[in-house]
Amino acid sequence: MSDEHIDEVSGVSTTGHEWDGIRELNNPLPRWWVITFYVTIAWALVYTTAYPAWPMLTSATKGMLGYSSRKDVKNDLAAAEAAKGKYVAAIQAKSVSEILTDDALREFAVAAGAAAFKVNCTQCHGSGAQGSKGFPNLNDDDWLWGGSPDQIKQTITHGLRFASDPDTRLSEMPAFGDIITADQIAQVSAYVASLSGKVRDASLIQPGAKVFAENCVACHGDNAKGNREFGAPDLTDAIWLYGSGETAIAAQVRAPKQGVMPAWVGRLGEIKVKELAVYVHSLGGGE
Amino acid sequence: MRDKTQLTRLETETVNAAKTRKPLYAARQKIFPKRASGNFRRFKWLVMTITLGIYYLTAWLHWDRGPFAPDQAVLLDLTNRRFYFFFIEIWPQEFFYVAGLLVMAGVGLFLITSAVGRAWCGYACPQTVWVDLFLVVERAIEGDRNARMKLDAGPWTARKLMLRVSKHAIWLVIGAATGGAWIFYFADAPTLVGELFTGTAAPVAYITIAVLTATTYTFGGLMREQVCTYMCPWPRIQAAMLDENSLTVTYNDWRGEPRSRHAKKVQASGQSVGDCVDCNACVAVCPMGIDIRDGQQLECITCALCIDACDGVMDKLGKERGLISYATLSDYNANMMLATAGGSSSINPSLVRTAVGTFCDQVAHFHIRKIFRPRTYVYMGLWSLIGLGLLYSLLTRDRLELNVLHDRNPQFVTLSDGSIRNGYSVKLLNMIPEPRTIVVTMQGLEGADMVVVGDDIPAGRSFAIPVEPDRLKTLKVFVRQPADQIHAPAQTFKFRVEDKASFESNEYAATFNAPEAAK
Repeated sequence: MSDEHIDEVSGVSTTGHEWDGIRELNNPLPRWWVITFYVTIAWALVYTTAYPAWPMLTSATKGMLGYSSRKDVKNDLAAAEAAKGKYVAAIQAKSVSEILTDDALREFAVAAGAAAFKVNCTQCHGSGAQGSKGFPNLNDDDWLWGGSPDQIKQTITHGLRFASDPDTRLSEMPAFGDIITADQIAQVSAYVASLSGKVRDASLIQPGAKVFAENCVACHGDNAKGNREFGAPDLTDAIWLYGSGETAIAAQVRAPKQGVMPAWVGRLGEIKVKELAVYVHSLGGGE
Repeated sequence: MRDKTQLTRLETETVNAAKTRKPLYAARQKIFPKRASGNFRRFKWLVMTITLGIYYLTAWLHWDRGPFAPDQAVLLDLTNRRFYFFFIEIWPQEFFYVAGLLVMAGVGLFLITSAVGRAWCGYACPQTVWVDLFLVVERAIEGDRNARMKLDAGPWTARKLMLRVSKHAIWLVIGAATGGAWIFYFADAPTLVGELFTGTAAPVAYITIAVLTATTYTFGGLMREQVCTYMCPWPRIQAAMLDENSLTVTYNDWRGEPRSRHAKKVQASGQSVGDCVDCNACVAVCPMGIDIRDGQQLECITCALCIDACDGVMDKLGKERGLISYATLSDYNANMMLATAGGSSSINPSLVRTAVGTFCDQVAHFHIRKIFRPRTYVYMGLWSLIGLGLLYSLLTRDRLELNVLHDRNPQFVTLSDGSIRNGYSVKLLNMIPEPRTIVVTMQGLEGADMVVVGDDIPAGRSFAIPVEPDRLKTLKVFVRQPADQIHAPAQTFKFRVEDKASFESNEYAATFNAPEAAK
């Protein structure tokens, strides 16, 4: 093995290692290549010293540069907050209707309101604000308590029938099951249903109108168009919070269900409430 | 009496005895390419001028696109996500044009390689071009091959230090200019050059210049042929592109061997002698430091400088050019068979020549016909097909686009008068650098009208809206249809956009949903 052996086929010298007649060619690697390898090792040492890297028993080395990805996130979040700052300040200073006149501010408020809506409002009103039986659809143009920007804000701020807020929107429809007879309930239900659709027995409409005039006009108005002062719904339109048709109307006359919504200002603050009002107003039914 | 200290020597050997030990790592052998002159060298100068000219100057060309778009002919505007190339403007969703060009470049490389070998490597590859440029500097400062070798071997004198420092300094300046030229494609060049020198450019600009300076200097100045031999994958891939009809730089040993430095003396002794005078001119000019006479090899980038060198020698000797030439393997093999009398003897150059010394008729020469063969037809066809497809797509592409997203939650809203409303996000893409007024019209859906949220446009079936140059405008559109007009839970209708000035238009088929009961 001490003699240099040249492989016949390739003309390359071998390392002297031989296994069952198979020899290993000695094609030397370029030296710069192995130097590059050492450079990467040196770089790894520098890098792992500068940045958090080496695992210890309970934590890891912090690195000389003091970098951490959590700090990065914190800075990014702070930068994002700072960028939002001027919008937030403007929202604080302006009323909801003023915010609506400023395109950039409105877009910001709609986005912020949408995020707040997803967290706080979807539980009752649905993720698309589409509502469900007993929970109003906020996309439509029918408003119990008014659909202007400031009215929406008022509703969100103080809630509905929310006992612990003195300024809450308050109204209560009596349970007419205790006041009028079952026949009268059937009659008035037929009359109300007839205002927006067909009824089973047209003969009930006439007496129903009389019952309505005696008992209901105080809140729902002579023409049954409702009254937003008391959150009394318009009974002539196509939108029914507790269901359409005589049966559903009769049930509501007999023992009305009345929704409760919390006052949100204490929990979300003035700015978020304004953003929510702008968002709800933007859904398509805003007045 | 036997001496107890005397021990027998065991017969054994180490596997890595110092006297036979070979290094595992080899230092780079310095190469001092001699300046070549000839047709191929002239062609390379030309290619080098054109390619470097394109690279360094294109960013400074202007192209007027009106007041709403940059006037730089070639610009990759990453901030606004637009790519400008002379009269073409590309939006991110049109990036497939670039992908298509890259595929064409790939197929083009196959085509060129199968026809004329590694022409890319030898003439147009940036590594080759920049190494050539760096060699120009080296020669201008240190002199040609012999002077450089002498300088390199000599001791470190003040002169050597001065020459070396100035050489490396110029190399670094070229590197910096290379990095600098790169970043001008990403921002307005005149503005950026001002910012660069006042130190107000973005950090990424300086970092890019630094990285490209380092790579240009290292690859072009220090590593040179090592990049091609050890780092580049192309030398390995090219084997699949070449066949026996591909032109490669070939040493025609069928006329060159047996080589001899003393041809006349050998000839006088009655032995046959080839055209090669073993002057090593081909090796001296080779930037890869190889000997082409050893046959086609991985390291050869087919720069053809050895052809120039050898042709010069042949001219001096009064022999035909082309001892080293572009030749195909099939021609070479045919001529070898001729020179070796069918492979039965060693090379005898007299077999390829007539009595008067000219090549006999059987000697195969390259014919242009050989380039046109099924393989290159396939590559050419593929290349043209992609090119024509891209061209067609470019000439017929829309510059006014429309995308419509139907609100999915809720899909529809019942309004107090019983009518049904659907919401849509309508995205208008004005893809030209001019402000435009776009007319949006509804087609179908009887009795329906639409309103735009946040705009004072009255409800109707058509509205006109201004769109900024080169921008996307998103509109929230509510479409409302009266209850008595609704005849299906899902109706289709069309949004149509039109630019009344240019008559460009586009349509989008949308769906209008209604509750089942509203049927």
